[in-house]
Amino acid sequence: MKRQTALIAAILAAAIGGAALAQQSVATLRGGTPLADNADPMVIPKVVNTDLRQVRNYPEQPPLIPHKIDGYQIDLNANKCLTCHSREAIEISQAPMVSITHFMSRDNQFLASVTPRRYFCNQCHVVQTEARPLVENGFVDIDSVLEYVKNQQGGSD
Amino acid sequence: MLGFLRRTWGAVRRPSVHYSLGFLTMGGFVMGVVFWGGFNTALELTNTETFCTGCHEMRDNVFVELQPTIHYTNRSGVRATCPDCHVPHEWTNKIARKMQASKEVWGKIFGTINTREKFLEKRLELAQHEWARLEANDSLECRNCHSAESMDITRQSTRAAEAHERFLFTGEKTCISCHKGIAHQLPDLGQASLMAAPEAVAELSGYLDQ
Ligand code: HEC
Ligand code: HEC
Repeated sequence: MKRQTALIAAILAAAIGGAALAQQSVATLRGGTPLADNADPMVIPKVVNTDLRQVRNYPEQPPLIPHKIDGYQIDLNANKCLTCHSREAIEISQAPMVSITHFMSRDNQFLASVTPRRYFCNQCHVVQTEARPLVENGFVDIDSVLEYVKNQQGGSD
Repeated sequence: MLGFLRRTWGAVRRPSVHYSLGFLTMGGFVMGVVFWGGFNTALELTNTETFCTGCHEMRDNVFVELQPTIHYTNRSGVRATCPDCHVPHEWTNKIARKMQASKEVWGKIFGTINTREKFLEKRLELAQHEWARLEANDSLECRNCHSAESMDITRQSTRAAEAHERFLFTGEKTCISCHKGIAHQLPDLGQASLMAAPEAVAELSGYLDQ
C-alpha cells in the first residue's frame, strides 16, 4: 500500500513537472511576461534589400521580393509595382517582367494586361526580413529528396 | 474728375512747403521699410505649413497622406513642409506662384474641392499640374535639397544606383519622372494614360471603327 502511494505520488510529481516544463518551452511572442504586463516589443527586423534574386524552393513558388517596397501604392488608382514590372516598363526599369501566368484568366485565357487575379502583388510576393525564425524550419527541397531516395536505393541494391 | 487729377499732379510736382527734405527722405525710407517688410512678412506667413493646412481641403486630404511618407517621418527627423516642394524659393518665381495661387483662393471661396469626393474627382488634374511644373523646371524643388553632386550612389541599393546612373546623371530624366506619388497618393493612372496620349487613342479608335 505504502509503495503504491509513493509510486502514484512520483508519477503525479513527474506529470506536473513535465507540464510546467512544457509550458515554459512553448514559443510565444510574449515570452514569460505575466498576463497583466506588456511584453517588451521586439526590435523590428530590417527588410532584406540586396537586389539579388533569391532561390525558389519549388518551381511554383512566387519569387521573393529582393528589394524594399515601402510606400509602394497598390490600389484602385495605381499599382506601383507595375510601373517597373509591366511589359512596357521593363526596358527602362530593367526589372524582370511579370510572367505570362500573370496575364491568364481563370479559364487559362491570356488577357491583354495583368489579370485582376494577379493585381494585388503582395498576396503572393513578399519581402524577407532579417528576423530569426521563432520555430526551426525543416523544409527540404525536391533535389534533396531525390538525392535521399537515390542514396536509399543505392544502399539497398 | 479731370480737375482732381490735375490738382493731385500739381501737388506731387510742387516742392514741399511744410516738410523738410530730411523729414521727407527719412519718412520715405521708414515707410519703405515698413511696407516692404510688412509685405514680405505677410508673404512668409502664407508660406508656412500652418497656413496651408489651415483649410480642411489641404489638412484632410493631402496633408494626412504626407504624414506616413518619408518626407514627414524618417530616421533623422528632417522634413519637408508644403512650401518646400510647392513654392519656388527664388523671389521672382515665388511671386509668380503666389499670383497663380489667387486661383486657389477662388477655389476655396467657391468650394471647388470642399468634399472628399470633389477632391478625388479633381485629383488627377491637380496632380498633373504639379507634375508638369516639376518636369518643366527640372525638378527644382526636389533639387533644393537633393543634389546629384552630393548623391553617393555606392550607399544606395543596386537597383537605385543603376537607375540614377542611367537616367539622373545623364539628364535623360528628372526626379519627378520616376518619383511620382512619393509624398501623396497617386490619382487614377488608368485615366491618366488615356489622357496622356490622345492622338494614339484617336488613331486607335479610328482604326477599330473601320
Ligand atoms: C523601381 C522599379 C521597381 C518597382 C517599383 C518594383 N520592383 Fe520589383 N524588381 C525591380 C528590379 C530592378 C528587380 C530585379 C532585382 C533587383 O534589382 O532588385 C526586381 C525584382 C523583383 C522580384 C524578383 C523576381 C525574381 O525573379 O526573383 C519580385 C518578385 C518583385 N520585384 C516584385 C515586386 C513587387 C511585388 C513590387 C511592388 C510592391 C515591385 N517589385 C516593385 C524593380 C522594381
Ligand atoms: C496569385 C499569386 C500571384 C500574384 C497576385 C502575383 N504573382 Fe508574380 N508570380 C507568382 C508566381 C507563382 C510566380 C512564379 C511562376 C510564374 O512565373 O508564374 C510569379 C512570378 C513573378 C515574377 C518573376 C517572373 C519571371 O519570369 O522571373 C515577377 C517579376 C512577378 N511575379 C511580379 C509580380 C507582380 C509585379 C505582381 C503584381 C502585379 C504579381 N507578380 C502578382 C504569383 C503571383
